[in-house]
Amino acid sequence: MHAPSSPAAISISGLTKTYASGLTALNDINLDIRPGEIFALLGPNGAGKTTLINLICGIVKPGTGSVLINGHDIQAEYRTTRSLIGLVPQELSTDAFETVWDTVRFSRGLFGKPPNPAYIEKTLRALSLWDKRKSKIKELSGGMKRRVLIAKALSHEPKILFLDEPTAGVDVELRRDMWEMVRKLRADGVTIILTTHYIEEAEDMADRIGVILKGKIILVEEKAALMAKLGKKQLSLQLQVKLDALPPELDGTGIALSADGHELVYTFDAHADDTGIAALLKRLGDLGIDFKDLQTRQSSLEDIFVSLVHAQ
Amino acid sequence: MNVYGIRAIYRFEMARMFRTLLQSLVTPVLTTSLYFIVFGSAIGSRMTEIDGVAYAAFIVPGLIMLSLLTESIFNASFGIYMPKFSGTVYELLSAPLSPLEIIIGYVGAAATKSLILGVVILVTARLFVPFEIEHPFVMLAFLVLTALSFCLFGFAIGVWADGFERLQIIPMMIVMPLTFLGGSFYSISMLPEFWQKVSLFNPVVYLVNGFRWSFFGVADVAVGVSLGITIGFMALCIAIIWWMFRTGYKLKS
Repeated sequence: MHAPSSPAAISISGLTKTYASGLTALNDINLDIRPGEIFALLGPNGAGKTTLINLICGIVKPGTGSVLINGHDIQAEYRTTRSLIGLVPQELSTDAFETVWDTVRFSRGLFGKPPNPAYIEKTLRALSLWDKRKSKIKELSGGMKRRVLIAKALSHEPKILFLDEPTAGVDVELRRDMWEMVRKLRADGVTIILTTHYIEEAEDMADRIGVILKGKIILVEEKAALMAKLGKKQLSLQLQVKLDALPPELDGTGIALSADGHELVYTFDAHADDTGIAALLKRLGDLGIDFKDLQTRQSSLEDIFVSLVHAQ
Repeated sequence: MNVYGIRAIYRFEMARMFRTLLQSLVTPVLTTSLYFIVFGSAIGSRMTEIDGVAYAAFIVPGLIMLSLLTESIFNASFGIYMPKFSGTVYELLSAPLSPLEIIIGYVGAAATKSLILGVVILVTARLFVPFEIEHPFVMLAFLVLTALSFCLFGFAIGVWADGFERLQIIPMMIVMPLTFLGGSFYSISMLPEFWQKVSLFNPVVYLVNGFRWSFFGVADVAVGVSLGITIGFMALCIAIIWWMFRTGYKLKS
């Protein structure tokens, strides 16, 4: 999991966090996040994603183990590490009576940065908030409030950005804008760690995927490698004539008959030298099984995620 | 030191005061004016002097203290409780701020509001009652120390509170009775001997009397003792808040 070529933006070693209730939310986490990458952390509810983010940011009490941000310890050098981090939290927590401009300016100051109205203007414009800068936050829609939280997180020009389910409850247009902005940030060298329930977003955006389950990281992989390694392809053949049962000659070939008898489904490894498709089609021809259409489908990241979680 | 961070908190809190000017300033001034009208003018005119001071003037320090204590606790507790209530405390906890800087920001702003209020009430009182301040620097010292001490106390209450009811319970159930029984409206020498002794366990007695001494040069307890008790109370509040941050009590899970 360690990138040998460049120092990690975040380096987590042996991190365990147990709450006062006795719940172990994080269990011996070891993980390196590379500078400038988009890292998607996936996991079901209660897996420990938010606890991990909150611990790194200083919102929950530290556990055992260590976390380094650009080589700085989050406890001993908390001023340095926190000034490098921006956080967009899961909840829409805002100061209802503040204006958009004031709350973003407040965040910048809080993180120890001198006033920079030009930078705040640029950020608000990038998030389509400029026209709303004098509006009180309570007057904004949920999507706009989410944008405000992103503007606040970016107000101090962080080098590392945590996005904890940033698109939850956000409409399609805003979601698209948001990911566009994330790409721009990545192009500027910002390291981005996101959690999301929309796995297709991780599939679309991330460079690497981490899966956390019951407080343990069960997998960290390059997205492309993960898709290649765990991704399966399926060939579906729509039959000319319905079959009542799979002919015994096809037993052991890996092919299955759909419940309605109209379709044969063959699952294969797309990266294998011999996928077995040619032999299968020949065999079907020999058996006089004709098909009127065929299609292939590659398993999505969601399929991979679900199978991984179920396998644990 | 994160000076920009302290300034951000301070400005945020002061802006809240100006947003709620009616509640922050006008209401306490109106309430205190009513006290002066009822106790100072209506009832006071029929009362004899206490320790050589006209009753209407005698209650001025006590009334200022009453407002100062109440508002200091309210301002500081509300200031830190609201981010906890709204969830925006995440930003405070994740910012590169030390506990001291957070306290300077919140308590500094709350104390500023209290001092503004104290001065406004003092000026208002002067409109109703003629009086001189014998020791203005001592008066200022007591004003600042009391505002700081009770803002620290309020801050601790704000951290401790996990509901609006709890936010009110200590100011209403403990501080208000102690203030009324702390000699704001009377000299404790007017009480039966037993209750005089009981009163000496009330810390507000020392605040009110120290403050009164700075006005008129008379008090039920020595000014040095008053000053010592006030500083001791402040040290206790600092110790409590230090413990809260060190353990993450009601701030971090």
